[in-house]
Amino acid sequence: MEDAAVEVRDLVKRYGRVTAVDHLDLRCRRGEVTAVLGPNGAGKTSTIEICEGFRTADSGSVRVLGRAPDDPELKPRIGIMLQAGGVPQAARAGEWLRLVSRFHAHPLDPSALLDRLGLADHARTPYRRLSGGQQQRLGLAAAVIGRPELVFLDEPTAGLDPQARHACWDMVRELRAAGVSVVLTTHHMDEAEKLSDHVVIIDRGRVVAEGSPAELTGAERQLRFRARPGLNLDEVLSALPPGSAAKESPAGHYIIEGQVDPSLLATVTAWCATEGVTTEDLSIERRTLEDVFLELTGRELR
Amino acid sequence: MTTLDLSPAPGAAPLPKMVLAQAGAEVRATLRNGEQLLLTLIIPILLLVGFSKAPFLDVAGPRVDFVAPGVLALAVLSTAFTGQAIATGFERRYGVLKRLGATPLSRTGLMLAKTAAVIVVEVLQIVVLVLVALALGWSPHGNPLTVALLVVLGTAAFSGLGLLMAGTLRAEATLAGANLVYLLLLALGGVVLPVSAFPESIRPLLEILPITALTDGVRSVLTGVGGFPVGATLVLLSWAVLALAAAARWFRWE
Repeated sequence: MEDAAVEVRDLVKRYGRVTAVDHLDLRCRRGEVTAVLGPNGAGKTSTIEICEGFRTADSGSVRVLGRAPDDPELKPRIGIMLQAGGVPQAARAGEWLRLVSRFHAHPLDPSALLDRLGLADHARTPYRRLSGGQQQRLGLAAAVIGRPELVFLDEPTAGLDPQARHACWDMVRELRAAGVSVVLTTHHMDEAEKLSDHVVIIDRGRVVAEGSPAELTGAERQLRFRARPGLNLDEVLSALPPGSAAKESPAGHYIIEGQVDPSLLATVTAWCATEGVTTEDLSIERRTLEDVFLELTGRELR
Repeated sequence: MTTLDLSPAPGAAPLPKMVLAQAGAEVRATLRNGEQLLLTLIIPILLLVGFSKAPFLDVAGPRVDFVAPGVLALAVLSTAFTGQAIATGFERRYGVLKRLGATPLSRTGLMLAKTAAVIVVEVLQIVVLVLVALALGWSPHGNPLTVALLVVLGTAAFSGLGLLMAGTLRAEATLAGANLVYLLLLALGGVVLPVSAFPESIRPLLEILPITALTDGVRSVLTGVGGFPVGATLVLLSWAVLALAAAARWFRWE
């Protein structure tokens, strides 16, 4: 279809006996920000790097702006930010950006871009002396300097301090406003929730859920409160409509899930009154993307 | 805050402009790197002055006439092989080659830029070394174009070997290996010690080394003793073809 910035179908990538990407489908629409979420080793970077032309697929089809990823015609049209590195250690920030700008026909002004990303004072600093966050921002600058149609950002805010994160988010929003398609990978749920039109959650090489942040978090709400630990939740559950759930996690933090409406709230608070429980921080919240993510990908460490 | 026009306006710069920009960056990186300057200029100058002044060598004619051609060959070795191998090895290790592969600069463009950068550095080395040698009383003979041909072939052979090393070994191994090869070839390849100083039995081996072919060829032209150095040219040509083919075959970008 014409309006896809990235169209991946039935993609498979194996490293020896490990299947990193397992029949994955991914569609990123033009002019939108697509966030690819997933635990470490889920296949995010493999998928992105196949789209970027750095790796080849074992099977499946990949089209980027309607072309094969290794098509040289694509290079000027896409901007790429690697997870790390890619810059000579001794190169000065300003020189590196100017060099990359010279590969393009209508680049942004390197000094203005450095200024914009808070790197103006470091134009003459060698790459190896930049902090991790400054190196990340230089990588972002190099990805956008050629005025691409599509930008791939692989964990753009990993290791950034809050100011730098906001600068990066502002840049992504501006790119979107300017009509640039953005595909980013991230571990930060709030980042995906704030920035993206479309979220794709990948686990074990497959898409486990996708949709807008609102679609993914759904209409489902939770009632949360704090109280003394060890309350007997069976009693309150028996008073709630079937299908409700209650849990204490961690100790003293209670979550009631189900049809969260005024009557449920009344039932819970009435039960608290009979138990002589004073609640703190009672709130009704929508599930966060993080809840959805952990539900889908599990809580165990890998 | 600066406003930036981020609206898409993609397009590659013309190839010559990209190659020039990349070559300029590589020349700057070389000239700024202390270790590189040690190999490319300081050691050759010290050898040139030392072996021309001190009576270590037993050669016919002024010592500088023997030493200067050898040091010019060493300059080619240091830049085309050692410097290029180390720089490219670390570019590969730090993902620079990968990152450049994502820009409109093609691999062909990158190789053209690397070649141009090597040639620019070599020209600077040759100018400095020739001036020093002339100040030491050097009187060169022969056809400069023949010397240029040998230098080009030597550059091709050493670049092939350097890229082969950089593209197959880890960066640290390349760093150590390229310096070791530099020292071995400096000692064995007739740069300041004549090959005739080594035992008869290993001489045929030494004579097919690319450095020996380059020093012998350049020396025979510049001392005006022989005609066109056919043997040296053929040895260098063979090394250039084999090394570049091997590098093209086995070089890994990541």
